[in-house]
Amino acid sequence: MMFTQTVDLAKASVRSLNERLHALEPERDEEGWRVLNPKGAHAIACGLRVPVTVEIEGHAGYYCAGMNQKATVIVHGNVGTGVAENMMSGLVHVNGNASQSAGATGHGGLLIVEGDASARCGISMKGIDIVVKGSAGHMSAFMAQAGNLVICGDAGDALGDSIYEAQLFVRGTVSSLGTDCVEKEMRPEHYHILEPLLKRSGCAANPSEFRRYGSARKLYHFQIDHAASY
Amino acid sequence: MCGIVGLFLKKRALEPELGAWFSEMLICMSSRGPDSAGFAIYGESAPSGKVKLVLQHPDLKFDWSVIAHALGREFREKPTVEVSSSHARFVVNEDLQAIREFLRRNFPEVRIMSAGRRIEIMKETGRPESVVERFSVRKISGSHAIGHTRMATESAVTTEGSHPFSTGVDLCLVHNGSLSNHNRLRQKLFREGVKFYTENDTEVAAGYFAWKLEQGATLKEALASGLKDLDGFYTFTIGTENGFAVLRDPIACKPAVLAETDNYVAMASEYRSLANLPGIESAHLWEPEPAVIYNWSRTDVR
Repeated sequence: MMFTQTVDLAKASVRSLNERLHALEPERDEEGWRVLNPKGAHAIACGLRVPVTVEIEGHAGYYCAGMNQKATVIVHGNVGTGVAENMMSGLVHVNGNASQSAGATGHGGLLIVEGDASARCGISMKGIDIVVKGSAGHMSAFMAQAGNLVICGDAGDALGDSIYEAQLFVRGTVSSLGTDCVEKEMRPEHYHILEPLLKRSGCAANPSEFRRYGSARKLYHFQIDHAASY
Repeated sequence: MCGIVGLFLKKRALEPELGAWFSEMLICMSSRGPDSAGFAIYGESAPSGKVKLVLQHPDLKFDWSVIAHALGREFREKPTVEVSSSHARFVVNEDLQAIREFLRRNFPEVRIMSAGRRIEIMKETGRPESVVERFSVRKISGSHAIGHTRMATESAVTTEGSHPFSTGVDLCLVHNGSLSNHNRLRQKLFREGVKFYTENDTEVAAGYFAWKLEQGATLKEALASGLKDLDGFYTFTIGTENGFAVLRDPIACKPAVLAETDNYVAMASEYRSLANLPGIESAHLWEPEPAVIYNWSRTDVR
């Protein structure tokens, strides 16, 4: 990657970095931005709207690359709560671990976590694709509405609690399934979703090793027969 | 919100660095808790048969020699006194219960911050950096320290509502979160003879753990039963005479990051607080798992 700009957060504020990234014009050919000394600062590279590439050299704090559209944000470190939250499109690639609520409410784009993601990964996801190469914590895909969550390691307790229509693929063990989340058959159309996601993420795992989980659809259609269970 | 930090040094040779490293960690958490700040430092032990008692008086000009004389008369001893801002550290004979009672009877405006062989708690309202300056924390040496920056939710912004809370000898607790069953638990502990001095939820947790330890539980056992008896959100960091522990509730909404090297174990609400520690680049960094007890201790603390 050729870097056209380097911003050292030991010298510049996150606000000034984000303002410069927000001012980029979509038609200009931006090669790449490099961010030094993030030291866990919050909201780095949030709200980007152009297809620029931003590489963050170290650990980022909360809401890194939140609300992303079209941009590629690569973090060479760990990220705090809510990486790529509400992402619309583009790519966010975390080379370390992600804290809780990774990819929360995301509408589109791809989030790749090379390490583990902690609790509530993909909470309320609305169309985003998330690939976690390690394991994901408890209550992942809570109230997930659309999109795909791929977990190459294990999933914690209450996976997919109160899930709507998202697809969950897990290679390892699942500690427990949440309310209304059930294991489902892997049919050819699911391999057609999983295979390209693994390939795009640079994951060598064999798609046949994954199991699929999704909604039993008993919770979100209210049934009077179940009134006593609520 | 609140921010919490803890730093536990593994090597005696590093102890002079504790205050400087810890101060930066605490100040960094100002954005999570700008109301007040407090910390417990475990430093040099009181001489054999003696304990350190940290007292606080709301009047900065309070004449602490009055207390020294009164204690001297009552208990036939010569306590040593060291004043730091609104606090004063006394080294007294081990008869803690009698001293506590005496102070409450005769000097009700004086608050006991901590008591123990190694612990010293200091806490005040105001921005964390000003609290650090007031107590010259950067110069303090010791084996471990835990601290708290507060954004008050459960009770008023006052010195006594600030963390850490100490209800046992050499024991203290900082808390990020809020407990939902503290009123009922306070009543239950009160009936067991545990005394509380504030309406604060965290004080109940500190009292609960001290009560368990008094009944003979190990720290690990006390924390394990806390998982059953405490309801609410919490990340706790707990200091004991020779160690520290970290515990998150089973839902784990409140953040925590741990870093370990050959030289230290450090805990903070956010990585930002750890970012300037020496050797952090090669530290083992992880998020403590929900409902898992993490604890470290040293046998060579003096």
